[in-house]
Amino acid sequence: MAQAQASKFKNPLVNWIDSRLPIFTMLDHEYNHYPMPRNVNYLWAFGAIAGIMLVIMIATGLFLAMQYSSHTSLAFDSVERIMRDVNYGWLLRYVHANGASMFFIAVYIHMFRGLYYGSYKAPREILWILGVIIFLVMMGTAFMGYVLPWGQMSFWGATVITNLFSAFPIVGDPIVTLLWGGFSVDNPTLNRFFALHFLLPFVLLGLVILHTAALHVCGSNNPLGIDAKGPQDTVPFNPYVTLKDGFAVVMFLIVFAFFVFFMPNYLGHPDNYIPANPLVTPAHIVPEWYFLPFYAILRAIPDKLGGVIAMFGSIALLMALPWLDTSKVRSCKFRPIYRQFFWILAIDGLVLGYAGAMPAEGAWLLIARVGTFYYFFHFLVLLPVLGKLERPLPLPNSISEAVLKGAHAKSMEKA
Amino acid sequence: MRALKTAILSAALALGLAGAAQASEAVHLPKQSWPHAGMFGTIDKAAAQRGFQIYKEVCSACHSMRLVPIRTLAGIGFKDDELKALAAGYEVQGGPNDAGEMFMRPAIPADRFPSPFANEQAARAANNGALPPDLSLIAKARVGGEDYLHAFLTGFEEAPAGVNLMPGMNYNKYFPGHQVGMPNILQPDGVTYADGTKATVEQQARDVSTFLTFVAEPHHDARKQMGVKVILFLLVLAGLMYASKRKLWSTLH
Amino acid sequence: MAQTTHPPGTGGHAASGDGSNRRDFLYLATGAVGVVGAASAAWPFISSMNPAADTLALASIDVDLAPVAEGQAITVTWRGKPVFVRHRNAKEIEQAKTVNLGDLRDPVADEARVKKPEWLIVVGICTHLGCVPLGQKVTDPRGDFEGWFCPCHGSHYDTAGRIRKGPAPANLVVPTYAFTSDTKIRLG
Repeated sequence: MAQAQASKFKNPLVNWIDSRLPIFTMLDHEYNHYPMPRNVNYLWAFGAIAGIMLVIMIATGLFLAMQYSSHTSLAFDSVERIMRDVNYGWLLRYVHANGASMFFIAVYIHMFRGLYYGSYKAPREILWILGVIIFLVMMGTAFMGYVLPWGQMSFWGATVITNLFSAFPIVGDPIVTLLWGGFSVDNPTLNRFFALHFLLPFVLLGLVILHTAALHVCGSNNPLGIDAKGPQDTVPFNPYVTLKDGFAVVMFLIVFAFFVFFMPNYLGHPDNYIPANPLVTPAHIVPEWYFLPFYAILRAIPDKLGGVIAMFGSIALLMALPWLDTSKVRSCKFRPIYRQFFWILAIDGLVLGYAGAMPAEGAWLLIARVGTFYYFFHFLVLLPVLGKLERPLPLPNSISEAVLKGAHAKSMEKA
Repeated sequence: MRALKTAILSAALALGLAGAAQASEAVHLPKQSWPHAGMFGTIDKAAAQRGFQIYKEVCSACHSMRLVPIRTLAGIGFKDDELKALAAGYEVQGGPNDAGEMFMRPAIPADRFPSPFANEQAARAANNGALPPDLSLIAKARVGGEDYLHAFLTGFEEAPAGVNLMPGMNYNKYFPGHQVGMPNILQPDGVTYADGTKATVEQQARDVSTFLTFVAEPHHDARKQMGVKVILFLLVLAGLMYASKRKLWSTLH
Repeated sequence: MAQTTHPPGTGGHAASGDGSNRRDFLYLATGAVGVVGAASAAWPFISSMNPAADTLALASIDVDLAPVAEGQAITVTWRGKPVFVRHRNAKEIEQAKTVNLGDLRDPVADEARVKKPEWLIVVGICTHLGCVPLGQKVTDPRGDFEGWFCPCHGSHYDTAGRIRKGPAPANLVVPTYAFTSDTKIRLG
C-alpha cells in the first residue's frame, strides 16, 4: 500500500487525517488512479452495477425493517401496511423486491462476462472464488428475504428449501429441525430468517470489499485477456471509468425503474399475496426466477440426496473453475472452439431456467436432465480437455496495439 | 459489443421465459382493455365507485376485505364527510369499556371494513364448506389479475355434458378446475347504480374488477405518475452522462 | 440512487483543449443533475419515517366526560400519550385563578388554558424530560401546588397544569380539543 506522504492533499484536515490513517491515500490510489485497461467494454460495468444494487438493497431494506414485524401473525399485515399506509412504503418495497431480481441479473451478467473472458484464470483465482462465495451468500439472503412477507410462496418455499437438508442421511432431520427451531416452518423460523436476512447483506458488503481488494491486486481483466503492460494500455479509473460505469448504471436504473413503476409484480408470484397457510400447498410452487436453473437441476435427478448434491455441486464446482480450465489463453475471443461451447452453456442455463419453471414431468423432465448433463459435462469434461486440444488464435502484443488498430480489433471481434 | 448485445438479449429472454412460464399455467383469459392499463393509465374513479357499490351490496355478504381501511376510498373520490357517513353505516367491535365489556360501535373512516364472518370456520359453515377468499388483495393474488376477475365473474355457465358437478358447486369457465362454490352472483340490474349507469352483468364485472384493482393497490396512480417522471429524469441524466463520457474519452489517443 | 460523477479536474486528468469550456459545462451539468437525482431519491426514505396514514387517521379521538365526578381525574391515551382530564372543584379553580402571573415561569392565565373552568385538559407529559407526572389519583403526591408532581426530577405543577417549581421549563401542554357537547370532547 502507498505510504502516507506529507501535504499530499490540498485540504489540511484531509492531510491531518491521512497522515494518521491513510484512508484518503488508499481511496485515491484504489479509485482515482487505479489503472483500468483502456479496452474494457460495457460488460465490465456490471460489477459496479451490482455494487450499486447492493447499496440500494441495504438502504431500502433498512427502512423497510423499520416498519416490518417478524411475527407470523403480523408479518403479512405489516407488509401490507407498508404498501398502503407508510409514506412511500410501496416504493421502498417494490424497489427492494424488484431490486433482488435486478441484483441477480447484474450478477449473472457479471459472472458470464467473467466466464467468457476467462477472468477466473490465474492470477485471479481468489477473486473468482470470492465471487462464487458472494453468489452463494446472495442466494441465501434472497431466499430468506422472500420468506419475510409470509405469503403462500414464502411459506412453501421455506418449507421446500429447508427440507432439502433432510436428504442427508442421519444428520439431515436434526439439521432441518435446527433450521426450523420447531417441527415445521413457524414463528421461530420466520424470526431467525429475519435476523439473518438483516445480517447477511453486511456480510456481503464485507465480501464485496475483499472481492474488490483482490481485484485491485492483479488489476482488471479485459476483452483481450492479456495483461496491461504499462500506462499506454490503461486509463485512470477516475474519471474515465467512473463516468463510463455511471452511464451504464443509469441505463440499468432505467430498466429497473420500468419494473418498479410499471410491472412491479411481474417477477413475483401472485400466490405470495395470499397469507401463508400451513394446511394448503399452492398447486404449482416455483422459486423466484433466479433460482430456476438450480431448481431444474435439483428435480432432474430422480433421487432425493442425488438431487440435492447435484444442485449444491453445480455451484461448488464453479470454485474449482480456475483449475478445470486448462487453456493458456483467457479470452474466448481467441478460443474459436470453446467460444461455441460458451454460448451453448449460456443457452443451457436459459433452458434449465425454463425447465425449472415447468412441471417436472414428461418432456420437461427430459429436457432438464439433458440440460443438467450438459452443465456438468461442460465444466468437468469439456473445459479441461478442450484447453489442451484447442489451438488458440494469435494474441496481440499489447492492449494499446490492439486498440490503435481499432479497425483490426473490430474485425477480430466479429470473427 | 456483440457479446454485450447477446448478454442483454439473453437476460431479456430469461425474463420473458420466466414470465411465459407463469402465464402458461393459467386458463386462457380474454384480455380486457382497462383505463388503468399502461404507463399512463389511471384508475377509472367512477367505475371504481360503482364497483364499491357492488362490493357493498353484493360481495360483502360473504367476502371480507380485512386489510382495507374505509378511509382508503378517499383515493377514488370519496369526500371526508361521505367517508364518515359511510363508515357510520358499519358496526365494529369496540371496547373494553369501563365495565370490561366489548361492545359494538359505529365505525370511523380509520377502521377497516368489517368482515361478514367472525372467523374462517364460521365462513365455511355458512358457505357449504367453501371459504370465500378475502378481497383486499385478490386482484394481485390471482394469475391474470383484473382480467381473471372479470372473466371469472362473467364465466358462469351450465356445466357441459359429461361434467359431474358436485352438489352445491357451480360451473365456471375460467375457475381453475371449473367447479366453484360461489354461485353466479351478478344479475342484470342486480344493483341500481347511483350514477344511473345501466347495470349489465358485463358492466358490473368491469366495475367491481376496477374497484378490486384499486383496493389491492391504492397507490396505483401515484406509482405510475412517479414512474413517468423518474424515467424521464433518468433518460436526461443518461443522455448527459453519455455525452460527458464521449467527450472525455475522445481526449484519449 | 443515481450515480454521481466526480467532476474531472479534481482527478487531474481533464485534458485541456479547444472544447474545454463546453466540456466543463457538460460535466457540471451532468454532476448537478446527478446530485439532484440522488437528493430526490433520499426523500422517500426520510418521508417513510414520518407518521404513516394509519397513524394519522387515528389522530383524533372522542372522550366522554360524563362519568368523571368533581374532584376526579381520568387519563386517556391520545397519539400514544397520556392526556389528563381533571374535573376541578371550586377550590382548585380559585387557586388557579388567583395566582399572580408575574410569579410564573411560563405565565399564562388560567382562562387561556381551559375552555370550561371545571375541565382542565392537558397532555400528561412533564415538559422537562418527558416523564408522566403523578397526581391523577387522590392518593398520589400532587406537589406543593395541588396539581401534579413529577417524580423524575421534582417538577411541581399547579391546578392549571402550570410549572411552579423544579427544572421543567414550561407548562403542561394543552392539546387541541373541542367540546362536541356539554359532556363530550374531541381531542385532536
